[in-house]
Amino acid sequence: MKILVGVKRVIDYNVKVRVKADGTGVETANVKMSMNPFDEIGVEEAVRLKEKGIATEIVAVSMGPAAAQETIRTALAMGADRGILVQTDAELQPLAVAKLFKALVAKESPQLVILGKQAIDDDCNQTGQMLAALLGWAQGTFASKVAPADGRLEVTREVDGGLETLSIALPAVVTTDLRLNEPRYASLPNIMKAKKKPIETLTPDALGVDPAPRLVTLKVAEPAKRLAGVKVKDVAELVDKLKNEAKVI
Amino acid sequence: MSVLVLADHDNASLKPATLNAIAAAAKLGPVHVLVAGHGCDGAAAAAAQAPDVAKVLKADAAPYAHPLAENVAPLVAGLARGYGHVLAAATTVGKNIMPRVAALLDVQQISDVLQIDAADTFVRPIYAGNALATVRSGDAIKVITIRGTAFPAAAATGGSAPIETVGDAGDAGLSSFLRSELSKSERPELTAARIVVSGGRGMANGENFKTYLEPLADKLGAAVGASRAAVDAGFVPNDYQVGQTGKVVAPDLYLAVGISGAIQHLAGMKDSKVIVAINKDEEAPIFQVADFGLVGDLFKLVPELTAALPPRK
Repeated sequence: MKILVGVKRVIDYNVKVRVKADGTGVETANVKMSMNPFDEIGVEEAVRLKEKGIATEIVAVSMGPAAAQETIRTALAMGADRGILVQTDAELQPLAVAKLFKALVAKESPQLVILGKQAIDDDCNQTGQMLAALLGWAQGTFASKVAPADGRLEVTREVDGGLETLSIALPAVVTTDLRLNEPRYASLPNIMKAKKKPIETLTPDALGVDPAPRLVTLKVAEPAKRLAGVKVKDVAELVDKLKNEAKVI
Repeated sequence: MSVLVLADHDNASLKPATLNAIAAAAKLGPVHVLVAGHGCDGAAAAAAQAPDVAKVLKADAAPYAHPLAENVAPLVAGLARGYGHVLAAATTVGKNIMPRVAALLDVQQISDVLQIDAADTFVRPIYAGNALATVRSGDAIKVITIRGTAFPAAAATGGSAPIETVGDAGDAGLSSFLRSELSKSERPELTAARIVVSGGRGMANGENFKTYLEPLADKLGAAVGASRAAVDAGFVPNDYQVGQTGKVVAPDLYLAVGISGAIQHLAGMKDSKVIVAINKDEEAPIFQVADFGLVGDLFKLVPELTAALPPRK
Protein backbone atom coordinates (compact mmCIF):
# COMPACT_ATOMS: atom_id res chain seq x y z
CA MET A 1 0.00 0.00 0.00
CA LYS A 2 1.21 3.46 -0.93
CA ILE A 3 0.74 6.21 1.66
CA LEU A 4 0.63 9.98 1.24
CA VAL A 5 1.39 11.83 4.43
CA GLY A 6 0.88 15.56 4.89
CA VAL A 7 3.54 17.62 6.72
CA LYS A 8 2.83 21.27 7.48
CA ARG A 9 5.47 23.82 8.42
CA VAL A 10 4.25 25.76 11.46
CA ILE A 11 5.63 27.91 14.26
CA ASP A 12 7.33 25.55 16.71
CA TYR A 13 5.01 24.55 19.53
CA ASN A 14 7.44 25.86 22.16
CA VAL A 15 7.42 29.39 20.76
CA LYS A 16 5.28 31.97 22.50
CA VAL A 17 3.29 33.43 19.63
CA ARG A 18 3.09 37.23 19.41
CA VAL A 19 0.42 39.21 17.64
CA LYS A 20 1.78 41.86 15.25
CA ALA A 21 1.25 45.42 16.42
CA ASP A 22 -0.74 46.29 13.28
CA GLY A 23 -3.21 43.44 13.90
CA THR A 24 -2.62 41.73 10.54
CA GLY A 25 -1.37 38.44 11.91
CA VAL A 26 1.29 36.97 14.18
CA GLU A 27 5.05 37.51 14.08
CA THR A 28 6.74 34.87 11.92
CA ALA A 29 10.02 36.64 11.14
CA ASN A 30 13.01 35.00 12.88
CA VAL A 31 10.70 32.55 14.63
CA LYS A 32 11.63 28.87 14.89
CA MET A 33 9.53 26.73 12.52
CA SER A 34 8.92 22.99 12.84
CA MET A 35 6.74 20.20 11.57
CA ASN A 36 3.20 20.34 12.95
CA PRO A 37 3.28 17.85 15.90
CA PHE A 38 0.18 15.95 14.69
CA ASP A 39 1.90 15.51 11.29
CA GLU A 40 4.97 14.04 12.99
CA ILE A 41 2.64 11.42 14.44
CA GLY A 42 1.31 10.85 10.92
CA VAL A 43 4.79 10.29 9.49
CA GLU A 44 5.63 7.93 12.36
CA GLU A 45 2.47 5.90 11.75
CA ALA A 46 3.25 5.61 8.03
CA VAL A 47 6.82 4.50 8.80
CA ARG A 48 5.56 1.89 11.26
CA LEU A 49 3.13 0.54 8.64
CA LYS A 50 6.08 0.25 6.27
CA GLU A 51 8.20 -1.51 8.88
CA LYS A 52 5.36 -4.01 9.35
CA GLY A 53 5.40 -4.69 5.61
CA ILE A 54 1.95 -3.15 5.09
CA ALA A 55 3.04 0.07 3.39
CA THR A 56 5.26 -0.10 0.33
CA GLU A 57 6.04 3.56 -0.27
CA ILE A 58 5.62 6.75 1.75
CA VAL A 59 5.35 10.10 0.01
CA ALA A 60 5.64 13.17 2.27
CA VAL A 61 3.72 16.18 1.00
CA SER A 62 4.00 19.79 2.11
CA MET A 63 2.35 22.91 0.73
CA GLY A 64 3.63 26.42 1.17
CA PRO A 65 6.79 28.47 0.65
CA ALA A 66 10.11 27.02 -0.57
CA ALA A 67 11.24 26.67 3.06
CA ALA A 68 8.66 23.91 3.54
CA GLN A 69 11.31 21.70 1.86
CA GLU A 70 12.98 21.53 5.28
CA THR A 71 9.82 20.02 6.76
CA ILE A 72 9.76 17.43 3.98
CA ARG A 73 13.46 16.63 4.69
CA THR A 74 12.52 15.97 8.31
CA ALA A 75 9.86 13.49 7.16
CA LEU A 76 12.38 11.87 4.79
CA ALA A 77 14.84 11.52 7.68
CA MET A 78 12.13 9.81 9.74
CA GLY A 79 11.64 7.25 6.98
CA ALA A 80 9.48 8.65 4.16
CA ASP A 81 10.76 7.63 0.71
CA ARG A 82 10.29 10.79 -1.31
CA GLY A 83 8.69 14.21 -1.11
CA ILE A 84 6.37 16.51 -2.99
CA LEU A 85 6.30 20.25 -2.37
CA VAL A 86 3.35 22.22 -3.70
CA GLN A 87 5.06 25.56 -3.70
CA THR A 88 3.20 28.82 -3.24
CA ASP A 89 3.61 31.94 -1.16
CA ALA A 90 -0.15 32.51 -1.14
CA GLU A 91 -2.24 31.83 1.97
CA LEU A 92 -3.70 28.32 1.82
CA GLN A 93 -6.93 27.55 3.67
CA PRO A 94 -8.08 23.98 4.40
CA LEU A 95 -10.51 23.71 1.46
CA ALA A 96 -7.72 24.68 -0.95
CA VAL A 97 -5.28 22.26 0.71
CA ALA A 98 -7.88 19.48 0.41
CA LYS A 99 -8.32 20.25 -3.30
CA LEU A 100 -4.56 20.20 -3.87
CA PHE A 101 -4.33 16.86 -2.06
CA LYS A 102 -7.16 15.52 -4.20
CA ALA A 103 -5.15 16.42 -7.32
CA LEU A 104 -2.08 14.68 -5.85
CA VAL A 105 -4.17 11.58 -5.08
CA ALA A 106 -5.21 11.45 -8.75
CA LYS A 107 -1.53 11.63 -9.70
CA GLU A 108 -0.13 9.22 -7.10
CA SER A 109 -3.02 6.76 -6.47
CA PRO A 110 -2.29 6.06 -2.78
CA GLN A 111 -4.44 3.68 -0.74
CA LEU A 112 -4.14 5.78 2.37
CA VAL A 113 -3.64 9.47 3.15
CA ILE A 114 -2.54 10.30 6.71
CA LEU A 115 -2.88 13.87 7.96
CA GLY A 116 -2.65 15.49 11.39
CA LYS A 117 -6.05 16.12 12.95
CA GLN A 118 -5.27 19.83 13.13
CA ALA A 119 -2.38 22.20 12.59
CA ILE A 120 -1.30 24.13 15.66
CA ASP A 121 -1.27 27.45 13.79
CA ASP A 122 -4.82 27.88 12.46
CA ASP A 123 -6.29 25.10 14.68
CA CYS A 124 -8.91 24.41 11.97
CA ASN A 125 -9.25 20.61 12.14
CA GLN A 126 -10.77 20.34 8.65
CA THR A 127 -8.40 19.21 5.90
CA GLY A 128 -8.66 15.42 6.35
CA GLN A 129 -12.45 15.43 6.51
CA MET A 130 -12.63 17.74 3.47
CA LEU A 131 -10.26 15.59 1.45
CA ALA A 132 -12.27 12.46 2.26
CA ALA A 133 -15.44 14.26 1.14
CA LEU A 134 -13.90 15.44 -2.15
CA LEU A 135 -12.62 11.93 -2.91
CA GLY A 136 -15.78 10.14 -1.72
CA TRP A 137 -13.56 8.12 0.63
CA ALA A 138 -14.05 6.96 4.20
CA GLN A 139 -12.47 9.00 7.00
CA GLY A 140 -10.94 7.83 10.27
CA THR A 141 -10.43 11.04 12.21
CA PHE A 142 -8.73 11.63 15.60
CA ALA A 143 -7.19 8.15 15.40
CA SER A 144 -5.47 6.63 18.42
CA LYS A 145 -5.06 3.21 16.80
CA VAL A 146 -4.99 2.05 13.18
CA ALA A 147 -5.07 -1.65 12.29
CA PRO A 148 -5.51 -3.11 8.79
CA ALA A 149 -8.05 -5.96 8.80
CA ASP A 150 -9.52 -7.89 5.82
CA GLY A 151 -8.75 -5.22 3.25
CA ARG A 152 -10.24 -2.51 5.47
CA LEU A 153 -8.94 -0.41 8.35
CA GLU A 154 -10.01 -0.63 11.95
CA VAL A 155 -9.62 2.84 13.36
CA THR A 156 -9.99 3.59 17.06
CA ARG A 157 -10.99 7.22 17.52
CA GLU A 158 -10.72 9.65 20.43
CA VAL A 159 -14.30 10.88 21.01
CA ASP A 160 -15.74 13.07 23.76
CA GLY A 161 -16.84 10.26 26.06
CA GLY A 162 -13.91 7.89 25.46
CA LEU A 163 -12.99 5.75 22.46
CA GLU A 164 -14.90 4.49 19.43
CA THR A 165 -13.77 1.90 16.89
CA LEU A 166 -14.92 2.00 13.27
CA SER A 167 -14.27 -0.25 10.32
CA ILE A 168 -13.59 1.86 7.24
CA ALA A 169 -13.17 0.92 3.59
CA LEU A 170 -9.91 1.56 1.76
CA PRO A 171 -8.78 3.82 0.21
CA ALA A 172 -9.24 6.16 3.16
CA VAL A 173 -8.09 9.31 4.90
CA VAL A 174 -6.87 8.97 8.50
CA THR A 175 -6.17 11.92 10.80
CA THR A 176 -3.95 11.47 13.82
CA ASP A 177 -4.59 12.16 17.48
CA LEU A 178 -1.91 12.48 20.14
CA ARG A 179 -1.90 8.95 21.46
CA LEU A 180 -1.54 7.16 18.13
CA ASN A 181 2.21 6.82 18.66
CA GLU A 182 5.34 8.58 19.85
CA PRO A 183 7.31 9.90 16.89
CA ARG A 184 10.95 8.85 16.63
CA TYR A 185 13.92 11.17 16.40
CA ALA A 186 15.73 10.93 13.10
CA SER A 187 19.20 9.40 13.46
CA LEU A 188 22.23 11.17 11.99
CA PRO A 189 22.78 8.54 9.26
CA ASN A 190 19.11 8.84 8.31
CA ILE A 191 19.37 12.63 8.17
CA MET A 192 22.34 12.23 5.79
CA LYS A 193 20.43 9.68 3.69
CA ALA A 194 17.39 11.98 3.54
CA LYS A 195 19.47 14.58 1.71
CA LYS A 196 19.68 12.24 -1.27
CA LYS A 197 15.98 11.40 -1.40
CA PRO A 198 14.06 13.14 -4.21
CA ILE A 199 11.65 16.05 -3.69
CA GLU A 200 9.42 17.01 -6.60
CA THR A 201 8.19 20.60 -6.73
CA LEU A 202 4.77 21.43 -8.18
CA THR A 203 2.50 24.47 -8.17
CA PRO A 204 -1.25 24.85 -7.56
CA ASP A 205 -1.51 25.94 -11.20
CA ALA A 206 0.15 22.78 -12.46
CA LEU A 207 -2.34 20.77 -10.39
CA GLY A 208 -5.27 22.75 -11.83
CA VAL A 209 -6.41 24.11 -8.47
CA ASP A 210 -7.42 27.69 -7.66
CA PRO A 211 -6.21 28.11 -4.09
CA ALA A 212 -7.76 31.55 -3.48
CA PRO A 213 -8.79 31.95 0.19
CA ARG A 214 -12.50 32.06 0.94
CA LEU A 215 -12.12 33.68 4.34
CA VAL A 216 -10.71 37.18 4.67
CA THR A 217 -8.92 37.87 7.94
CA LEU A 218 -10.04 41.32 9.04
CA LYS A 219 -7.85 41.48 12.11
CA VAL A 220 -5.85 39.44 14.58
CA ALA A 221 -5.88 40.51 18.21
CA GLU A 222 -4.52 39.37 21.53
CA PRO A 223 -7.08 37.79 23.82
CA ALA A 224 -8.03 39.69 26.96
CA LYS A 225 -5.39 39.09 29.59
CA ARG A 226 -6.47 37.40 32.75
CA LEU A 227 -5.08 39.18 35.77
CA ALA A 228 -3.30 37.19 38.41
CA GLY A 229 -5.25 37.04 41.63
CA VAL A 230 -4.07 36.61 45.16
CA LYS A 231 -2.18 33.91 47.03
CA VAL A 232 -4.04 32.62 50.03
CA LYS A 233 -2.17 31.41 53.10
CA ASP A 234 -4.12 28.26 53.89
CA VAL A 235 -7.10 26.08 53.10
CA ALA A 236 -9.37 27.93 55.53
CA GLU A 237 -8.76 31.23 53.75
CA LEU A 238 -9.32 29.58 50.36
CA VAL A 239 -12.67 28.11 51.43
CA ASP A 240 -13.67 31.48 52.89
CA LYS A 241 -12.81 33.31 49.65
CA LEU A 242 -14.62 30.78 47.48
CA LYS A 243 -17.69 30.89 49.68
CA ASN A 244 -17.95 34.58 50.54
CA GLU A 245 -16.03 36.48 47.87
CA ALA A 246 -16.38 34.43 44.70
CA LYS A 247 -19.59 32.74 45.86
CA VAL A 248 -18.93 29.62 43.77
CA ILE A 249 -19.33 26.99 46.49
CA MET B 1 -33.00 33.17 6.39
CA SER B 2 -33.19 30.19 8.75
CA VAL B 3 -30.22 28.52 10.37
CA LEU B 4 -29.72 24.76 10.43
CA VAL B 5 -28.18 23.22 13.55
CA LEU B 6 -26.87 19.67 13.48
CA ALA B 7 -27.74 18.13 16.85
CA ASP B 8 -25.18 16.08 18.79
CA HIS B 9 -27.20 13.44 20.62
CA ASP B 10 -27.34 9.81 21.70
CA ASN B 11 -30.79 9.13 20.13
CA ALA B 12 -32.47 9.35 23.54
CA SER B 13 -31.41 12.88 24.48
CA LEU B 14 -29.40 15.89 23.29
CA LYS B 15 -25.76 16.35 24.29
CA PRO B 16 -25.57 19.56 26.37
CA ALA B 17 -23.39 21.35 23.78
CA THR B 18 -26.28 21.23 21.30
CA LEU B 19 -28.07 23.85 23.42
CA ASN B 20 -25.03 26.12 23.15
CA ALA B 21 -25.11 25.70 19.36
CA ILE B 22 -28.83 26.54 19.35
CA ALA B 23 -28.10 29.70 21.35
CA ALA B 24 -25.42 30.77 18.84
CA ALA B 25 -27.71 29.98 15.90
CA ALA B 26 -30.54 32.05 17.40
CA LYS B 27 -28.34 35.13 16.95
CA LEU B 28 -28.41 34.55 13.17
CA GLY B 29 -32.04 33.66 12.41
CA PRO B 30 -34.88 31.22 13.07
CA VAL B 31 -33.39 27.90 14.19
CA HIS B 32 -34.11 24.53 12.64
CA VAL B 33 -32.49 21.54 14.34
CA LEU B 34 -31.61 18.38 12.43
CA VAL B 35 -31.69 15.21 14.52
CA ALA B 36 -30.19 12.42 12.42
CA GLY B 37 -30.30 9.15 14.29
CA HIS B 38 -32.01 5.81 14.61
CA GLY B 39 -34.80 5.44 17.13
CA CYS B 40 -34.17 9.11 17.87
CA ASP B 41 -37.66 10.23 18.95
CA GLY B 42 -36.32 11.11 22.40
CA ALA B 43 -33.63 13.43 21.05
CA ALA B 44 -36.04 15.01 18.53
CA ALA B 45 -38.62 15.62 21.29
CA ALA B 46 -35.93 17.20 23.47
CA ALA B 47 -34.91 19.54 20.63
CA ALA B 48 -38.56 20.51 20.06
CA GLN B 49 -38.84 21.65 23.69
CA ALA B 50 -36.11 24.29 23.38
CA PRO B 51 -37.96 27.62 23.00
CA ASP B 52 -35.35 28.97 20.56
CA VAL B 53 -36.10 26.17 18.08
CA ALA B 54 -38.64 26.92 15.31
CA LYS B 55 -38.64 23.48 13.73
CA VAL B 56 -37.07 20.06 14.23
CA LEU B 57 -36.08 17.94 11.24
CA LYS B 58 -35.90 14.26 12.10
CA ALA B 59 -34.06 11.76 9.92
CA ASP B 60 -34.59 8.37 11.55
CA ALA B 61 -32.78 5.58 9.71
CA ALA B 62 -30.33 2.75 10.38
CA PRO B 63 -27.33 4.47 8.69
CA TYR B 64 -27.58 7.23 11.34
CA ALA B 65 -27.61 4.92 14.39
CA HIS B 66 -24.06 6.19 14.98
CA PRO B 67 -22.96 9.59 13.72
CA LEU B 68 -20.80 8.30 10.85
CA ALA B 69 -19.56 11.28 8.84
CA GLU B 70 -19.79 9.39 5.54
CA ASN B 71 -23.55 8.92 6.06
CA VAL B 72 -24.57 12.08 7.92
CA ALA B 73 -22.61 14.65 5.86
CA PRO B 74 -24.50 14.05 2.56
CA LEU B 75 -27.82 14.40 4.43
CA VAL B 76 -26.75 17.70 5.99
CA ALA B 77 -25.30 18.99 2.71
CA GLY B 78 -28.54 18.11 0.91
CA LEU B 79 -30.66 20.03 3.42
CA ALA B 80 -28.16 22.91 3.73
CA ARG B 81 -28.99 24.42 0.35
CA GLY B 82 -32.10 26.02 1.84
CA TYR B 83 -30.18 27.77 4.61
CA GLY B 84 -27.77 30.68 5.07
CA HIS B 85 -25.86 29.04 7.90
CA VAL B 86 -25.24 25.49 9.07
CA LEU B 87 -23.96 25.18 12.65
CA ALA B 88 -22.82 22.50 15.03
CA ALA B 89 -21.11 22.52 18.38
CA ALA B 90 -17.37 21.80 18.14
CA THR B 91 -17.72 18.42 19.83
CA THR B 92 -15.91 15.43 18.35
CA VAL B 93 -19.10 14.70 16.37
CA GLY B 94 -19.33 18.25 14.99
CA LYS B 95 -15.61 18.40 14.23
CA ASN B 96 -15.80 15.09 12.38
CA ILE B 97 -18.89 15.78 10.26
CA MET B 98 -18.98 19.52 9.50
CA PRO B 99 -15.79 19.86 7.40
CA ARG B 100 -17.12 16.99 5.28
CA VAL B 101 -20.35 18.95 4.84
CA ALA B 102 -18.41 22.11 3.97
CA ALA B 103 -16.35 20.35 1.31
CA LEU B 104 -19.48 18.79 -0.24
CA LEU B 105 -20.90 22.34 -0.49
CA ASP B 106 -17.55 23.78 -1.69
CA VAL B 107 -17.34 26.24 1.20
CA GLN B 108 -14.57 27.05 3.66
CA GLN B 109 -15.73 26.12 7.18
CA ILE B 110 -15.21 28.49 10.09
CA SER B 111 -14.08 26.40 13.07
CA ASP B 112 -14.56 26.93 16.78
CA VAL B 113 -16.33 30.30 16.60
CA LEU B 114 -16.24 32.33 19.84
CA GLN B 115 -18.24 35.35 18.78
CA ILE B 116 -20.62 36.33 15.99
CA ASP B 117 -19.99 39.90 14.84
CA ALA B 118 -22.28 39.84 11.80
CA ALA B 119 -23.97 37.24 9.59
CA ASP B 120 -20.70 36.84 7.68
CA THR B 121 -18.12 37.89 10.32
CA PHE B 122 -16.87 35.72 13.15
CA VAL B 123 -14.16 35.65 15.80
CA ARG B 124 -12.22 32.41 16.28
CA PRO B 125 -9.11 31.39 18.20
CA ILE B 126 -5.82 30.57 16.48
CA TYR B 127 -2.49 29.43 17.96
CA ALA B 128 -4.17 27.69 20.90
CA GLY B 129 -6.13 30.81 21.75
CA ASN B 130 -3.03 32.99 21.96
CA ALA B 131 -4.53 35.11 19.21
CA LEU B 132 -8.09 35.81 18.09
CA ALA B 133 -8.81 36.18 14.39
CA THR B 134 -11.81 38.06 13.03
CA VAL B 135 -12.71 36.49 9.69
CA ARG B 136 -15.28 37.28 7.03
CA SER B 137 -16.72 34.58 4.79
CA GLY B 138 -17.79 35.24 1.23
CA ASP B 139 -19.34 31.77 0.81
CA ALA B 140 -23.08 31.57 0.10
CA ILE B 141 -23.66 29.06 2.92
CA LYS B 142 -21.63 29.51 6.09
CA VAL B 143 -20.63 26.21 7.67
CA ILE B 144 -19.63 26.82 11.26
CA THR B 145 -18.66 24.96 14.40
CA ILE B 146 -19.05 26.93 17.61
CA ARG B 147 -17.17 26.64 20.86
CA GLY B 148 -19.87 25.69 23.34
CA THR B 149 -18.35 27.51 26.29
CA ALA B 150 -18.50 30.83 24.42
CA PHE B 151 -22.30 30.79 24.13
CA PRO B 152 -24.49 30.32 27.22
CA ALA B 153 -26.82 27.35 26.71
CA ALA B 154 -30.28 28.03 25.30
CA ALA B 155 -33.26 27.13 27.50
CA ALA B 156 -34.03 23.42 27.26
CA THR B 157 -37.76 23.47 28.00
CA GLY B 158 -40.85 25.55 27.48
CA GLY B 159 -41.10 25.32 23.70
CA SER B 160 -43.05 23.03 21.41
CA ALA B 161 -41.61 23.21 17.91
CA PRO B 162 -43.11 21.01 15.20
CA ILE B 163 -41.16 17.86 14.27
CA GLU B 164 -40.94 17.20 10.54
CA THR B 165 -39.65 13.91 9.20
CA VAL B 166 -37.07 14.18 6.42
CA GLY B 167 -35.92 11.37 4.14
CA ASP B 168 -32.56 9.73 4.63
CA ALA B 169 -29.64 9.85 2.23
CA GLY B 170 -28.93 6.13 2.54
CA ASP B 171 -25.80 4.27 3.62
CA ALA B 172 -22.62 5.39 1.86
CA GLY B 173 -21.24 1.91 2.49
CA LEU B 174 -17.84 3.27 3.47
CA SER B 175 -17.77 2.88 7.22
CA SER B 176 -19.38 0.92 9.99
CA PHE B 177 -19.44 1.20 13.76
CA LEU B 178 -17.76 -1.66 15.62
CA ARG B 179 -17.68 -0.72 19.30
CA SER B 180 -17.12 2.03 21.80
CA GLU B 181 -15.43 2.17 25.17
CA LEU B 182 -16.95 5.11 26.94
CA SER B 183 -15.66 6.18 30.32
CA LYS B 184 -18.37 5.39 32.84
CA SER B 185 -18.75 8.09 35.41
CA GLU B 186 -21.38 9.27 37.86
CA ARG B 187 -19.80 12.71 37.67
CA PRO B 188 -20.97 15.48 35.33
CA GLU B 189 -19.54 15.71 31.83
CA LEU B 190 -16.38 17.85 31.69
CA THR B 191 -17.59 20.42 29.18
CA ALA B 192 -20.96 20.87 30.94
CA ALA B 193 -19.84 20.79 34.59
CA ARG B 194 -20.27 23.82 36.86
CA ILE B 195 -17.10 22.88 38.74
CA VAL B 196 -14.03 21.09 37.36
CA VAL B 197 -11.19 19.63 39.41
CA SER B 198 -8.11 18.87 37.28
CA GLY B 199 -4.84 17.15 38.12
CA GLY B 200 -1.47 17.48 36.47
CA ARG B 201 1.94 15.88 36.51
CA GLY B 202 2.19 16.79 40.20
CA MET B 203 -0.35 14.05 40.97
CA ALA B 204 2.57 11.62 40.40
CA ASN B 205 0.38 8.64 39.40
CA GLY B 206 -3.13 7.53 38.46
CA GLU B 207 -3.85 6.06 41.87
CA ASN B 208 -3.50 9.52 43.42
CA PHE B 209 -6.29 10.82 41.16
CA LYS B 210 -8.56 8.30 42.86
CA THR B 211 -7.20 8.85 46.38
CA TYR B 212 -6.97 12.63 46.38
CA LEU B 213 -8.88 14.29 43.51
CA GLU B 214 -11.99 12.16 43.20
CA PRO B 215 -13.15 12.65 46.82
CA LEU B 216 -12.68 16.40 46.36
CA ALA B 217 -14.61 16.32 43.08
CA ASP B 218 -17.42 14.31 44.65
CA LYS B 219 -17.73 16.71 47.56
CA LEU B 220 -18.08 19.59 45.06
CA GLY B 221 -20.24 17.72 42.55
CA ALA B 222 -17.45 18.41 40.07
CA ALA B 223 -16.12 16.76 36.92
CA VAL B 224 -12.53 15.49 36.92
CA GLY B 225 -10.09 16.68 34.27
CA ALA B 226 -6.36 16.49 33.66
CA SER B 227 -3.51 18.27 31.94
CA ARG B 228 -1.90 16.80 28.85
CA ALA B 229 1.17 15.98 30.94
CA ALA B 230 -0.96 13.77 33.21
CA VAL B 231 -2.54 12.08 30.19
CA ASP B 232 0.81 11.57 28.45
CA ALA B 233 2.19 10.05 31.65
CA GLY B 234 -0.67 7.55 31.58
CA PHE B 235 -2.31 8.66 34.85
CA VAL B 236 -5.77 9.01 33.27
CA PRO B 237 -7.41 8.43 29.85
CA ASN B 238 -7.25 11.05 27.09
CA ASP B 239 -10.92 12.03 27.42
CA TYR B 240 -9.94 13.72 30.72
CA GLN B 241 -7.64 16.09 28.87
CA VAL B 242 -8.30 19.83 29.16
CA GLY B 243 -6.35 21.99 26.73
CA GLN B 244 -5.72 22.97 23.13
CA THR B 245 -5.54 19.35 22.07
CA GLY B 246 -8.24 18.15 24.45
CA LYS B 247 -11.44 19.67 25.74
CA VAL B 248 -12.16 23.35 26.26
CA VAL B 249 -14.01 24.10 29.49
CA ALA B 250 -15.31 27.28 31.11
CA PRO B 251 -16.91 26.29 34.42
CA ASP B 252 -17.83 28.62 37.30
CA LEU B 253 -14.96 27.15 39.30
CA TYR B 254 -11.80 25.44 38.00
CA LEU B 255 -9.39 23.89 40.46
CA ALA B 256 -5.96 23.15 38.98
CA VAL B 257 -4.08 20.75 41.22
CA GLY B 258 -0.42 20.00 40.55
CA ILE B 259 -0.69 21.66 37.14
CA SER B 260 2.16 23.98 36.13
CA GLY B 261 0.07 25.84 33.54
CA ALA B 262 1.57 25.16 30.11
CA ILE B 263 0.18 27.37 27.31
CA GLN B 264 -1.58 24.38 25.83
CA HIS B 265 -3.44 23.73 29.10
CA LEU B 266 -4.34 27.38 29.69
CA ALA B 267 -5.92 27.41 26.21
CA GLY B 268 -8.48 24.93 27.50
CA MET B 269 -9.51 26.56 30.78
CA LYS B 270 -8.60 30.24 30.93
CA ASP B 271 -12.19 31.33 30.32
CA SER B 272 -13.33 29.72 33.59
CA LYS B 273 -15.04 32.25 35.89
CA VAL B 274 -12.92 31.50 38.97
CA ILE B 275 -9.61 29.65 38.85
CA VAL B 276 -7.91 28.13 41.88
CA ALA B 277 -4.39 26.74 41.66
CA ILE B 278 -2.71 24.44 44.15
CA ASN B 279 0.97 23.89 43.38
CA LYS B 280 4.17 23.48 45.34
CA ASP B 281 6.14 25.70 42.93
CA GLU B 282 5.19 29.28 43.63
CA GLU B 283 6.73 30.35 40.30
CA ALA B 284 4.42 28.05 38.31
CA PRO B 285 2.75 29.95 35.43
CA ILE B 286 -0.67 28.70 36.56
CA PHE B 287 -0.55 31.30 39.36
CA GLN B 288 -0.50 34.05 36.70
CA VAL B 289 -4.05 33.19 35.71
CA ALA B 290 -5.39 31.95 39.06
CA ASP B 291 -7.77 34.09 41.10
CA PHE B 292 -6.73 32.25 44.22
CA GLY B 293 -3.40 30.48 44.57
CA LEU B 294 -2.34 28.14 47.32
CA VAL B 295 1.33 27.21 47.45
CA GLY B 296 2.17 23.91 49.10
CA ASP B 297 2.10 20.13 49.03
CA LEU B 298 -1.06 19.00 47.29
CA PHE B 299 -1.01 15.66 49.10
CA LYS B 300 -1.51 17.57 52.34
CA LEU B 301 -3.67 20.44 51.06
CA VAL B 302 -6.19 18.51 48.95
CA PRO B 303 -7.42 16.26 51.81
CA GLU B 304 -7.56 19.36 54.04
CA LEU B 305 -9.66 21.15 51.45
CA THR B 306 -11.94 18.16 50.98
CA ALA B 307 -12.49 18.00 54.74
CA ALA B 308 -13.08 21.76 55.04
CA LEU B 309 -15.79 21.92 52.38
CA PRO B 310 -19.39 21.85 53.46
CA PRO B 311 -21.21 18.61 52.69
CA ARG B 312 -22.99 18.60 49.32
CA LYS B 313 -26.54 19.84 49.33
